[in-house]
Amino acid sequence: MNPYVLCFALFLVGVYGVLAKRDLIKIILALGILGYAANLFLVLVGYRADAHYPILEPGVQLGPMVDPLPQALVLTSIVIELGTTALMVALAIRLFQKYGTFDISNIRRLRG
Amino acid sequence: MLTDLWLNFLLLFMIFASIVALELKDVLSSIIALGVVGLGVSVSFLILQAPDLAIVQFLFEIFALIILILAFVKKPFHDFAPSVQSRWMSVLAVIAVLAVLGLSWEVFRLMPPFGEPLMKTSQFYLENGAAKTGAANLVSSVVLDFRGYDTFGEVTILFTAILGTFAVLRSTIKDKHAGGKHE
Repeated sequence: MNPYVLCFALFLVGVYGVLAKRDLIKIILALGILGYAANLFLVLVGYRADAHYPILEPGVQLGPMVDPLPQALVLTSIVIELGTTALMVALAIRLFQKYGTFDISNIRRLRG
Repeated sequence: MLTDLWLNFLLLFMIFASIVALELKDVLSSIIALGVVGLGVSVSFLILQAPDLAIVQFLFEIFALIILILAFVKKPFHDFAPSVQSRWMSVLAVIAVLAVLGLSWEVFRLMPPFGEPLMKTSQFYLENGAAKTGAANLVSSVVLDFRGYDTFGEVTILFTAILGTFAVLRSTIKDKHAGGKHE
C-alpha cells in the first residue's frame, strides 16, 4: 500500500464529514481531519528513505537529510489551524445562543 | 521498509479513528476520537524524521481538545432524528468520495515515488543553511530566515483570528457580567 493513497483516503473521510453531517460540531471535527491529512501529505512528500532529521550536530558527519522546507511550512500551517479552530468554535457558540441548536438544517435566516 | 509498515498501520488506524469520530452519537467521545487522530499524526511525524513538528502537533492537539471540550460538552445536545433526505445525502457523499478515490489512482502513480523527493530548492537550504544563518536546526533556519516573511504572515493571521474570536464572543462576556440573557 502506498502511504500517499492512504493519506488521501484520510482526507476524503474529512470531505465525507463536511458533506454528509448536519451537526455543526461534527463539521468542525471534519475540518480538523482535513487539516491533519493535508499537513501529513506535505511531510510525506518531503520524506527521503534512510535519511536523517535535518538538525546538524557538532563533529558528526551526517548522511543524507530529509527535506526541511515542507516541515517548516507545515509548522506554520499547524499554528494557523489552531487559530481557525478557535474562531470556528466561537462562531458555533454564538449560533447556538441565537438559534438554540447545532442542526444546520434548522439554522436559517443567515443573512448579513 | 519498516518505516512503510509502521506508516501504513498508523494511517489505517487514523482513518478508522476519524470514521469513529464522525459517526459516534456522544460529543465527548467523538472529540476524544479526534484527539486520537491528532496524536497519530504526531507519531507519524516522528517516524518521518520531523521531531519539531511532532512536538508542535502534540501541543496543538492538547489545546484543541481543551477548546472543544470547554465549548461543546456542557451544551444541551440534541440528538437529531435522521431524516430521509440526510440519509440519501450520506449515501451520495460516500459514493462521490469513493469515486474520487478511484479516479485519483492514476495521479499517485505519476507522483515521485515515496522516499525519493525532488528537492530542487531544499538542496540549497541543506548545503548552505548552517553557513548562511548560523542555525544548527535547519528547519528553524528555513522558518526564521529563508522564509521569514511567511512566518510574519502566520503571526498576522493568528492575531487576526484571536481578534475575530474576541469580537464574536464579546457580547457573551458582557452578558455574563450583566447577568442578563442576550436576546
